[in-house]
Amino acid sequence: MKLVTAVLKPFKLDEVKSALEAAGVQGMTVSEVQGFGRQRGHTEVYRGAEYTVDFVPKVRLEVLVDDADATRIIDTIVAAAQTGSIGDGKVWSTPVDEVVRVRTGERGPDAL
Amino acid sequence: MTLDPGDTAWLLTCTALVFLMTPGLAFFYGGMVRAKHVLAMLMQNYVAIAIVSVVWVVLGYTLAFGDGNGFLGGLKFTGLAHTTDPVPGFTLTIPPLLFAFFQLMFAIVTAALIAGAVADRVRFSAFLLFVGLWSLVVYAPLAHWVFSPQGWLARLGTLDFAGGTVVEINAGASGLALALVVGKRVGWPREAMPPHSLPLTMLGAGLLWFGWFGFNAGSALAANGLAVSALVATHLAGVGGMLSWLALERWRTGSATTLGGASGAIAGLVAITPACGFLHPLPALLLGGLAGALCLLAVQLKYRFGYDDSLDVVGVHYVGGVLGMLFVGLAATDSVNPAVLSKGLLYGGNLSLLGHQVVAVVVASAWAFSVTWLLAKAIDRVVGLRVSTQDEVNGLDQALHAESAYDLGSVRTMGRIG
Repeated sequence: MKLVTAVLKPFKLDEVKSALEAAGVQGMTVSEVQGFGRQRGHTEVYRGAEYTVDFVPKVRLEVLVDDADATRIIDTIVAAAQTGSIGDGKVWSTPVDEVVRVRTGERGPDAL
Repeated sequence: MTLDPGDTAWLLTCTALVFLMTPGLAFFYGGMVRAKHVLAMLMQNYVAIAIVSVVWVVLGYTLAFGDGNGFLGGLKFTGLAHTTDPVPGFTLTIPPLLFAFFQLMFAIVTAALIAGAVADRVRFSAFLLFVGLWSLVVYAPLAHWVFSPQGWLARLGTLDFAGGTVVEINAGASGLALALVVGKRVGWPREAMPPHSLPLTMLGAGLLWFGWFGFNAGSALAANGLAVSALVATHLAGVGGMLSWLALERWRTGSATTLGGASGAIAGLVAITPACGFLHPLPALLLGGLAGALCLLAVQLKYRFGYDDSLDVVGVHYVGGVLGMLFVGLAATDSVNPAVLSKGLLYGGNLSLLGHQVVAVVVASAWAFSVTWLLAKAIDRVVGLRVSTQDEVNGLDQALHAESAYDLGSVRTMGRIG
C-alpha cells in the first residue's frame, strides 16, 4: 500500500476531489497548510510599512491506495491540479506498512 | 447661572458619545495587535474607564477645574463636593456636575490612548497604577492650564477648542516617554507584527468617529451654532484625512489599505480637535487632508529612530495634535467664533496667535514627556512595568488574564478542574 500526498493550490481542490472520485478513490484527508516552493510569497502593507509573507496557503491532500493504483492516482491528481503556472505544487508517494479500519478491524488492502 | 434644557440635553448626549470613544479605541487598538494579546489591550482600555473615573471624582476634577491659581485648581470640588456652585471662569448653562462628567470622559480616553504606545508588553497591575497616577499628576494640571479659564496657557491666549494639547499632544508625548522606559517588544522591528483583525479596527475607528462629534461639538458646551460649526469641521477633517492617507499610500506602495483609511480618518479627527471651533468648512477639510498625509509619513519615524511606539500614538496623535494646534494660528477666525481675539495669519492676523500656539505645543510636549518619564521610571523601579519575555512571547491574554480571545478550533483540549 502507498500513501499519496499532494500539496496543491487551494482553488484546485474541488476538481482534484472529483477526478479522484471518478478514478475510484473512496476516501481522502485534506488539511490547510502553508509553504513555498519556487513561487515564494507576497507583500502586505500596514501603515506604509511593507512586509513580505513567505508562506503561501496550500492544501495538503492524502490518499491511501493499493500499490497497483499508485501511479494512476498520482497521474489523476497531476492532471486535475495542473494550471501550468508557478506554484502548482507537488505530488509524491510513500510506502505504508499497515492500515486498519477502526470500525471493523479489517487490515491491509481490505481496509482501504 | 441659568440652566438651559437644550444645552443640558445636548451635553448629556455628548457625555455618552465621548464615553463610547474609549470602547471604540479599545477595538481600534485591539484589532491592530496580534491575536494572543488582544484581550490585554481591550482590558487596558476598559480598566482605564474604571480607574480614571475614581481618580477624577476623588481628586482629578478639582485639581483641573477647582478654584485655584494659574497652575493648579484648588481642593473645593474634592469628591465632587459643591458641584452646584459655578465652575470658576465659566458661564455655564448646564449643571456643573454634568460639566464634571463630560470632562471625565476626556480624561478617560486620553489615558487609554497611551496604551497603544506600549501595546503587548506591560504588566496589568503596573498599568492600573500608571493610569491612575498619570491622570492625576500629568492630565489634571495640563487640563487646568488649557481648559480652565484660570489656567496660565488659557490666559496667555492659547486656543485649544477640544484638546489638541490636553488630549492629543499629551497622550502622544506621554506614550513616547512610556515606550522609551518600557522598551521595545521582543522581535521588533525585525519581526512583522501585523494586525490580527482589521474588521475590529474598522469598527473601532467608526465608533471613535461617532464619539468625536460629542467630543468636539460638545466642547461648545451648548447646543448652538458653534457646536454645529464644530461638528461640520470635525466630519470634514476626518474625510480629508482618510482621502489623503489613501491617496499617498496608494502612490507610495501601490495599495490603498483599510488600515490606511481608518488611520487617515483618525489623523484628520485628531488634527481638527483643537481647531474645530475656529475654522470654516474648507480650511477644516484642508487640515484633515494635511493631517492624513503628514501622519502617514510620521508613522515611519519609529523605524528610523528605533522607538517602538507599537500602534503609532506618536505618529498619529502627537503629530496630528501639533499640526492642528499650529493650524489654528493660521486659519482661526472670529467670524466662526468670537473667542478668537487675534485672528490667524491667513485672515490677516499677526504672529501673536501662532506664537501662543507654539508656546502651548512646547509646554504641553515638555510637561507630558518629562513628568510621564519620571512617573514611568518610578513605577518601573517599585513594581516593574514589563512582563517576562516568556509571557510576552506566549501572549499576554493567557499570561495576565487566563483567557484566550478566540476559540475557533473544533478539537477540545480543555477540561474542567474540580
